[in-house]
Amino acid sequence: MDCEHAHLRVYEYLDGELTVWKRQAITRHLDECPPCAQGFTFEIDLRRVIVSKCHEDVPSELKIRIAVALGIAEQADPASE
Amino acid sequence: MADPAGFAEQAMPYMSALYAAALRMTRNPSDAEDLVQETFLRAYRGFEGFHEGTNLKAWLYKILTNTFINQYRAKKRRPDQVDLDDVEDFYIFRRLGGLEAAEAARTPEAEVMEGIPDSEVKEALESIPEQFRMAVILADVEGFSYKEIAEILDVPIGTVMSRIHRGRRALQKKLWDYAERNNLRPRVESATGG
Repeated sequence: MDCEHAHLRVYEYLDGELTVWKRQAITRHLDECPPCAQGFTFEIDLRRVIVSKCHEDVPSELKIRIAVALGIAEQADPASE
Repeated sequence: MADPAGFAEQAMPYMSALYAAALRMTRNPSDAEDLVQETFLRAYRGFEGFHEGTNLKAWLYKILTNTFINQYRAKKRRPDQVDLDDVEDFYIFRRLGGLEAAEAARTPEAEVMEGIPDSEVKEALESIPEQFRMAVILADVEGFSYKEIAEILDVPIGTVMSRIHRGRRALQKKLWDYAERNNLRPRVESATGG
């Protein structure tokens, strides 16, 4: 396994989509090749950063709208007494 | 066959993730809210057809995706084009000096990405072509497998892989453009010896 072949499979490797054998071949390459290992690590870090920065709080109004629509929050109707 | 009474309890925990995905896809809070509400209503109505024990989260995303495609995509007929010919693997990492400057204990390049404001990352993700964007959200943000994404988007696994790949490249290009414009660079450690 050389660098070029490892790079071709970087996403499948990080996504856990490779067979055991292909995975092991890449892991062996990464053990021997610090620049590639760092490149792979960077891709993992980058993904983590993206996920952490894309968080959204659900507006409470939407939660209520959905609860009402699903009939979980009938008590929201003040005329029912 | 699933019990409708249990729907809210099981589905509500996914609302926050579905809302974030809806925002990235519609790029508009009020459309995102409507999309999530419509998704929950459709899921609720169809819940009896959902097989207990199968993947509820994937099922909800499939409904979200279909609803988005049918109701919202029709609004905008902007051609999705992006030139990715010059975007290779490790696009950002190479540009930040990685692969040449090896042997550091961890990647200072990742800290550069940490310095990009949340709003810019969201905008970068929202800017990538729609069909790639959904695949990237499902894979990177939600952690679905290629097989699950293939089922959600109703396309072959090879198409999923190609969309994820191209979407990630487009995203890296956007993020790198921002980093370069704002001159974000890894901090150079003074102690290089040892």
